[in-house]
Amino acid sequence: MNNLGVIFKRELAGYFLTPLAYVFIVIFLFLNGIFTFYLGQFFERGQADLQPFFEFHPYLYLILIPPVAMRLWAEERKSGSIELLMTLPVGLGEVVLGKFLAAWCFTAVALLGTFPVWLTVNYLGEPDNGIIVAGYLGSLLMAGAYLAIGSCMSALTKNQVVAFVLSVVVCFLFIVSGFPMVLDFFSGWAPAVIVNTVASLSFLTHFDAIVQGVIDFNDIIYFASLIGFWLFATAVLVELKKA
Amino acid sequence: MQAMVSVSHLTRKFGDFTAVDDLSFTVPTGEVVGFLGPNGAGKSTTMKMITGFLTPTSGRIEVCGADIDIDPKASKKQLGYLPEGAPMYGDMTTERFLGFIAEIRGYRGAELKRRVDMAIDRIELGEVRHQTIDTLSKGFKRRVGLAQAILHDPPVLVLDEPTDGLDPNQKHEVRNLISDIAHDKAIIISTHILEEVDAVCTRALIIDRGRLLADGTPRELETRAEDHNAIEMVVAVEKQELVRNALQPITGVARIDVTPFAADTVALQLVPNGGVDLLLTVNQVIAEQLLPVQQIHQQRGQLEQLFRQLTFANSGDVASPGELS
Repeated sequence: MNNLGVIFKRELAGYFLTPLAYVFIVIFLFLNGIFTFYLGQFFERGQADLQPFFEFHPYLYLILIPPVAMRLWAEERKSGSIELLMTLPVGLGEVVLGKFLAAWCFTAVALLGTFPVWLTVNYLGEPDNGIIVAGYLGSLLMAGAYLAIGSCMSALTKNQVVAFVLSVVVCFLFIVSGFPMVLDFFSGWAPAVIVNTVASLSFLTHFDAIVQGVIDFNDIIYFASLIGFWLFATAVLVELKKA
Repeated sequence: MQAMVSVSHLTRKFGDFTAVDDLSFTVPTGEVVGFLGPNGAGKSTTMKMITGFLTPTSGRIEVCGADIDIDPKASKKQLGYLPEGAPMYGDMTTERFLGFIAEIRGYRGAELKRRVDMAIDRIELGEVRHQTIDTLSKGFKRRVGLAQAILHDPPVLVLDEPTDGLDPNQKHEVRNLISDIAHDKAIIISTHILEEVDAVCTRALIIDRGRLLADGTPRELETRAEDHNAIEMVVAVEKQELVRNALQPITGVARIDVTPFAADTVALQLVPNGGVDLLLTVNQVIAEQLLPVQQIHQQRGQLEQLFRQLTFANSGDVASPGELS
């Protein structure tokens, strides 16, 4: 696995070689601000926590994470550089993981850029910083799941736009499966097991729990296994689509 | 000599289409093997399998004794590969890109820097060292691809159309480079420029529709061309009948082609059966009968002729002029 780091470094540097990184970070921070302070009514609530900040992350990620992930494989296939990469003495697993970790690390940098919100809330009141840390962790884990889905969709096509649209759709499914209207649709006729299964697939169910400060092992397992599954699917697709 | 690359009964199918069909050959150290074939003959597919990018449908490939299927990493370490079209990471600079390749190849620190500098020197990339690859000309891009392939001084080099898109001077340089490093390497190049085979290859494989049609040194292959040892002479227009009638009966003459040469002269090309050397006999006949021949010379077979013979015959467009393979 000693080439994992080499792939990781190149991919991460790759983000900053194009304006994408800067544009992304600026938009990410800007939208976070709007959601938190305007839609989330951060001040009006009069509570010293970051609930309104984290609450919007699933939706923010829905549109902002796919652009980070869409280039991972689609670009390699389009330019043909995948042929060079896969004929170098580096394992498929190292490449899949290295690329994913680079994208994840990049997202983490953008997320860390929101620290002024944390400063603000600490200046104005006395929030439970443990809950805030849990929120950041949960948010990062969820971002990882979005990225893993995006990575898989990117491996599916040469076209980055197609990869983007596909990942938005798949990620959207993972959000709405926790919506009351979707669950109501199932609860009318399906047994409780199915309703619970559908609900448990949703990002929202697990993310909300973590943001409340309840770090349940199950929620962490959920995100980790989601990441694992989609990365495995990515590797399978890359191998299959080489021809 | 030990075979560095050994390919046996290699077959690759894409659905119903057979791109490579039961191909077998070996390449020892010191040989530069040229893959020749029309577009779509299976040259690139074969190279992609040797380098471990594509998995064969059946057959075995060994690079330096390591089976590419069983131990792909060991094989890939021994290989330098320039893929068709030299795809690279366009947003990196030449130096950073080569640094990345060197790092993947396991070099660190001073050794990494030395390897990159050496490759840049060797391929003369100094002037574009800090330039983004996307902004380079086609020729420079190709050369960056070459630099990447030779960076770790591999015992086996696979170059898919290494001179495509280069100007004549650059082509010459790349061929010199290949010849320079050839003595301790096994090199496979693909090309459809036939003069390149003469210039750099010690052996040529003619491939069409995934099958090996001919295998030999360029000289050997030339002798298999239909026009090998053909005798060309120039005669006055009004004398051509006389000369033709005198030469036609010589045993071994397959046919005599006539093409206009100058205003009042024609060129007669006497094509022998199976490339036999008729020069002495023809000279005798000319001397005995005092035939009015102005110039006479014997041709070597043309690789191009053999290439057309084999690949045309194979596609079924034109009937084969005699069995040659």
